[in-house]
Amino acid sequence: MGLAKRIIPCLDVDNGRVVKGVNFVDIRDAGDPVEISRRYNEQGADEITFLDITATHEERDTTVHTVEAIAAEVFIPLTVGGGIRKVEDIREMLNAGADKVSINSAAIREPEFVQRAAERFGSQCIVVAIDAKRVAGDTPRWEIFTHGGRKPTGIDAVEWAVRMADYGAGEILLTSMDRDGTRDGFDLAVTRAITDAVSIPVIASGGVGNLEHLAEGVLEGGADAVLAASIFHFGEYTVQQAKEHMASRGIEMRL
Amino acid sequence: MTSVAVIDYGMGNLHSVASALKHLGAQRVLVSHDPAQIGKADRVIFPGVGAIRDCMAEIRRLECDQLLLDVLESRHIPVLGICVGMQSLLAHSEENGGVDCLDLVKGEVRYFGDDHRDADGTRLKVPHMGWNQVQQTLDHPLWQGIENGSRFYFVHSYYADCADRSLVAGRGDYGVGFDAAIARDNLFAVQFHPEKSADAGLTLLRNFLHWNGQA
Repeated sequence: MGLAKRIIPCLDVDNGRVVKGVNFVDIRDAGDPVEISRRYNEQGADEITFLDITATHEERDTTVHTVEAIAAEVFIPLTVGGGIRKVEDIREMLNAGADKVSINSAAIREPEFVQRAAERFGSQCIVVAIDAKRVAGDTPRWEIFTHGGRKPTGIDAVEWAVRMADYGAGEILLTSMDRDGTRDGFDLAVTRAITDAVSIPVIASGGVGNLEHLAEGVLEGGADAVLAASIFHFGEYTVQQAKEHMASRGIEMRL
Repeated sequence: MTSVAVIDYGMGNLHSVASALKHLGAQRVLVSHDPAQIGKADRVIFPGVGAIRDCMAEIRRLECDQLLLDVLESRHIPVLGICVGMQSLLAHSEENGGVDCLDLVKGEVRYFGDDHRDADGTRLKVPHMGWNQVQQTLDHPLWQGIENGSRFYFVHSYYADCADRSLVAGRGDYGVGFDAAIARDNLFAVQFHPEKSADAGLTLLRNFLHWNGQA
């Protein structure tokens, strides 16, 4: 008996529609984030992460309405990320029904933003997202990249995670930019390096192609939670199947 | 007519608990710290997130302590404390260098610790965040229809340790055993977030909406 590891399906949402290819057989409106969240909830998802990839400010209203609609009927934790730049953005998303917000580039522009956000809203709702990429060299090292992995920042990912935890982040969402979209599995080395370096929970993300990858994230990477998008969106696996597989590998799960 | 007041002392997001109550059919859910408003409700939720010192300061500034005493001891209506709302009921918390709390339930709120480990020496992350099991240690109407050992969603770094063990309604385990639920007369309080705990949490909230305040 103890704390279960979590599975977090992730929705990439653009102007109110889930993108990255969604193919649920029974769902008429395949791209509706509310319907997909409901489905994941029924399958036993432990949390849901909603990444707003909307470009324009006007479309933010759509995001707020979508978050409200999900929060009105899905009673598991909901994290919203994408475009969180100011304290007002956090307040807006929490008021819409999000439980946590994920901060990425705004933290790189101004690390103290994380501090202010944690002081104002509490660490429990501040997730810092880190997009890490391995850099060449003899010893393993990962650097933070922005702009979808195109722009290096020179910041060491492990040191950054430690700093963000010190600044009051409640959780780290770690995405390997080398693995994202490859279906080759998590970058277990960076996952392990960061989980060992910080005392807050770490969510592994980027590269999941099968259920064993999820188990590896926990067993080898030491992650507290695993996040995946496409393996669930394409209907290849249900969240329930993923949890059963992880449990069969000896991982404590909420079944 | 089920009318629920969620006591709002400005700490944290009360949207989730209000929307869960509406989802379960509560006719009226008001989020307020106005005694006149809360006086109209037939049951009360006492939530809370964030640091205990700030919570206690706001509870006292807005006189929510008096309000709580009134609903608990004069009006005798059902009250559900959630998370820091539960912790604030105890006598004292170790958080923020030590903070005196409401002392409505004898006991201490303790820190899991910076280098928290389980019995095997494995390091445990703090906060305790995620789904953990709750062992029901009392028969109580709020546990009705919830299997013993069900998992609920927790987010906390401090935990309640009640002095009067007869009040403990549920126990959790995270490296150390802790009090996950307490019950006394018309008061029930939980460390976890029922509004975020899927079916088990919704069942508990539904039970609360139907509870007459008797153990």
